[in-house]
Amino acid sequence: MIWNETMECMNRQDLQKLQESRLKKVVERVYYNCEPYRKRMQEAGIIPSDINTMEDIVKLPFMSKQDLRDHYPFALMSSPMSEIVRLHASSGTTGKPIVVGYTRTDLNIWNEVGARCFTAYGLGKNDIVQISYGYGLFTGGLGAHGAVETIGGTVIPMSSGNTEKQIMLMHDFGAVGLACTPSYALHLADVLKDSGIPRKEFKLRVGVFGAEPWTEQMRGELQERLGIRAYDIYGLTEIIGPGVGHECEYQNGTHLCEDHFYPEIVDPATGEVLPEGSLGELVFTTITKEGMPLIRFRTRDLTRLTYEKCACGRTSVRMSRILGRCDDMLIIRGVNVFPSQVESIICEMPELEPHYLLIIDRVKNLDTFEVQVEVKEDFYSDEMAKMLELRKKITHRLQSVIGIIPDIKLVEPRSLERSQGKAKRVIDKRKFI
Amino acid sequence: MLIKQLSIFLENKRGRFSEIAKILGNAGINMTAFTVAENSDFGILRLIVSEPERAKTILKEYRYAVNVTDVVCLECPNEPGALAKAMDAITQAGVFIEYMYAFSFGSGATVVIRPDNLEKCVEALKSN
Repeated sequence: MIWNETMECMNRQDLQKLQESRLKKVVERVYYNCEPYRKRMQEAGIIPSDINTMEDIVKLPFMSKQDLRDHYPFALMSSPMSEIVRLHASSGTTGKPIVVGYTRTDLNIWNEVGARCFTAYGLGKNDIVQISYGYGLFTGGLGAHGAVETIGGTVIPMSSGNTEKQIMLMHDFGAVGLACTPSYALHLADVLKDSGIPRKEFKLRVGVFGAEPWTEQMRGELQERLGIRAYDIYGLTEIIGPGVGHECEYQNGTHLCEDHFYPEIVDPATGEVLPEGSLGELVFTTITKEGMPLIRFRTRDLTRLTYEKCACGRTSVRMSRILGRCDDMLIIRGVNVFPSQVESIICEMPELEPHYLLIIDRVKNLDTFEVQVEVKEDFYSDEMAKMLELRKKITHRLQSVIGIIPDIKLVEPRSLERSQGKAKRVIDKRKFI
Repeated sequence: MLIKQLSIFLENKRGRFSEIAKILGNAGINMTAFTVAENSDFGILRLIVSEPERAKTILKEYRYAVNVTDVVCLECPNEPGALAKAMDAITQAGVFIEYMYAFSFGSGATVVIRPDNLEKCVEALKSN
């Protein structure tokens, strides 16, 4: 189903005209209302009237996460604080978080794009949706909440944690949709199984997963364990939160709401715009936001875009799965390793649970790379030879894909931490001086 | 005869075995014999207990990876040459031993054998 056919299925020429007029407006808005933007444009020798077509966007300077931190908390607002009705912040693990302000109009945009997502997942006003993203400064909970209310569905505002109770209410209330991080969904699947309540007593049908990168293999795992269809919801706090993009019933790429968020793919090293289909860093310009519009914001997410029309009828651009964040890439013994590569192999192996922890350290100037995995119950053996053989098999599978030899550590069942929000799957103990 | 053996996967961490001993003790389950196969990262604890199925259920509640396997339990006299005779019969029958462990007290000895072929092993021992 399609929430807003006019916008989601618009022919691409009309869409481009719309994007152009919106881009011009937002550039004027930041230039005249936001000191740091005006300064940057002046330094680049640009005035708003230089921007007329979408091609002109390359004249505008990039914004980075660091720029947002440098202007903590409110210096990048393009609306007076009297117009700002909501604040959210990203989970800054180090130092100050990144703060985003929303006007009433921004919240309406957020609800609109969120409604497109949940409609595309096949949910509607007759459906009960359990929202198990954290509520609070994190955009996940309130973002999904507004989206489900907008389509007229019934929200169970669970937030994360208290997993046994989550299962009880999911059962008793007859939740049809579940929105949470994929790693928490895995944990819920375990606890659901432990509860002993037969699956057929649950009405759960649709999973709405996001806020961390996940793989196609993880989708298979989640769909099988929970007996649902699992869909990606994409979003970033800086852009608006969940709702920047969504999958449709074809599960063949994430549609971006590009009438609000204009995407580009650039070379992460040079910043040069790359042709359609190239792998590169995703960059967004929010062309309708008022509170804190971002011009050419570098997401650090690595992906590709395709403008081919989707079988669902939407004309919007589709993004392939996020390969990882540029920041997630590990360089181990000189080799580039993405945690998503490790995840896809671990989810593929029938002997292993889909949980893992990567521990990187440096001992005597040499990188060590430990991968902790849990074996599925049926595959624990009383014979040492079989366990060692399994360990060898995992080592070889990983080595053949990532190119370096990992040190596989088999750990006891359920000993790897089950996350309630964003999973922590990498510990890099190396100290670079 | 055939008996049930529990095998438990354990990481090499302090206190793991003492926890298992406590759990079984509190449940009133007695251990008759055990052995540990280990490498630098993990170990496999193999146990002969009074109530293997109940022990498995209880240990699973504590999230241990527990399996029950059939093993051969051989009773023989505690005297020189007794074991050699039994081993000889097994070898002659072409049975391969994955692992084994034994204990003796007084005039008797008990040997627990995990062969690659249970039936053949029991057959070989019986006919001798």
